[in-house]
Amino acid sequence: MVPLNAYLLVGAFLFITGVVGVATRRNALVIFMSVELMLNAVNLTFVAFARFLGSLDGQVVVFFVMTVAAAEVAVGLAIIVALFRNRETVNVDEVNLLRG
Amino acid sequence: MPPLDWGALAPTLAVAASGLGLLAADMLTPRERRERLAWIPLLGFGAAAALSAGLWGSEARPVAGMLVVDSAACFFYGLFAVIGILTVLLSVPYIRREGIQFAEYYVLLTFAVLGMMVMAAAADLLMLFLGLETLSVALYVLAGFLRQRVTSNESGLKYLLLGAFASSFLLYGVAFLYGATASTNLDAIRAALTARAAPGPFPAVGVGLILVGLGFKVAAVPFHMWAPDVYEGAPTSVTAFMIAGTKAAAFAAFLRVVPVAGVSLEGAWPDVLWILAALTMGVGNVAAIAQRNLKRMLAYSGIAHAGYLLVALVAGNPLGTAGLLFYLVAYTFMTVGAFAVLIALGRRGEENLTLDAWAGMGTRRPLFALSMAIFMFSLAGLPPTAGFMAKFYVFSAAVEAGYIGLAILGVLCSVISVFFYLRVVVVMYMQEPGAEPVAGLLSPATALATLLGVAGTLYLGLFPSDAWEVAVRSVQGLAGAGG
Repeated sequence: MVPLNAYLLVGAFLFITGVVGVATRRNALVIFMSVELMLNAVNLTFVAFARFLGSLDGQVVVFFVMTVAAAEVAVGLAIIVALFRNRETVNVDEVNLLRG
Repeated sequence: MPPLDWGALAPTLAVAASGLGLLAADMLTPRERRERLAWIPLLGFGAAAALSAGLWGSEARPVAGMLVVDSAACFFYGLFAVIGILTVLLSVPYIRREGIQFAEYYVLLTFAVLGMMVMAAAADLLMLFLGLETLSVALYVLAGFLRQRVTSNESGLKYLLLGAFASSFLLYGVAFLYGATASTNLDAIRAALTARAAPGPFPAVGVGLILVGLGFKVAAVPFHMWAPDVYEGAPTSVTAFMIAGTKAAAFAAFLRVVPVAGVSLEGAWPDVLWILAALTMGVGNVAAIAQRNLKRMLAYSGIAHAGYLLVALVAGNPLGTAGLLFYLVAYTFMTVGAFAVLIALGRRGEENLTLDAWAGMGTRRPLFALSMAIFMFSLAGLPPTAGFMAKFYVFSAAVEAGYIGLAILGVLCSVISVFFYLRVVVVMYMQEPGAEPVAGLLSPATALATLLGVAGTLYLGLFPSDAWEVAVRSVQGLAGAGG
């Protein structure tokens, strides 16, 4: 059987990949995908813990997280589309009117 | 399946019902009568405030122990209802002027308040996350609500990306606490961790990640980069709501997490908060000095005030927790009041929010200028205003807990802040007005919001003892508040 730590390490690796993606990529859509990757890393961690603790709570949490992530995607893509209509770019470096 | 405790859920349900009622009423209302829909959220918030006043002093754990409706939760319910009512009053003329008069605006506002209420009453980390997301998703839309305007798009986008980023940190933290204790219930986690000799690495990592997530939400330095941009670009009425509401809700959530955090991090917890508080107060106040745009200045001021509130958390004694509650009420009145004046004297497109445009307001709009002066005095923490009493309670709690250095730092930061707050007053009263005519949007709703702000600020400053008594009794049942 695969040990718990293996799942946790994969989860941590995915989470860090997401963090690095948010920090380094400039395309709003790719940043958004990185955030989703982070959420899925969390889901993996929850499921792994739930399996090894023999508790169902963690699996239930994952359903909630997936629902919330779907809502976030709907709102997020709408905001990105609204921005693209006005600016014709999704590069976050070019969206910088607010400074000071 | 245990029966639902409808009584304890009533304030939350009142807000939820007014949001759903709005959606239905919107379909049945002709376009020209849309403005009247603002009464529905006002009624919902009013009912929630009345119902939570009735529940205050009792304790219930409805929804299978997922929520805890105690005095502290009822206190926050009341505060959120006040924030909601003030925001609706600000919004009525503002969204008419900016041409975003849709019922969806109020629906989102109502659901944001609902999310805040769930956060404040969360007995389970899952509920905390769901409340936070209900609040955040509604606010992402509201921040970008002026969708023809690029600054609002930018504000919505930045808030969305960083908000979702912060939420995943929080959730990752919840996962580690769950892994360590096999539960997401805050009491169960605390009990499991207290029973052990050493908490081990997982709870510490978990609490650290939750702290990062909540730190983003309250805009604590170093997690504050998004705040000025988001607050400046969002519609002004939404900024007022975000700056007062999100802060109150996030600190309410902090109060729920503190008992677990104390056990997980042991002695390191106050130290971590100490550093956060010191950085937040310092950076917020120093950065505010350079701002010429009043909206952006208030955004940095919001960061600075989050720092003062963190001081109350560092103190960690009942006095500090009660001080936190009192501070949030005082901050709501003074900052929402200041935004009410910004809206009242602003112009469509709000290109006149720089300091120079405010020269001579003292003679041109004497009553609004006087109100603004009162809010600035209060934000700076000068007597006899609410801001002074709030800082007094928080800093004396820090001194009582032995954090004298931090209290001194807080007072020094307040002294710095006097400079940029009073600069507004100086510009309004001492400088000659410019040539361009002053825009006037003297709607009764904005005037009422300003008046309520002034009344609250002066009342809490001159007669703080009643509100203080309520705050002290509200935190008595709170675990980890020490009382």
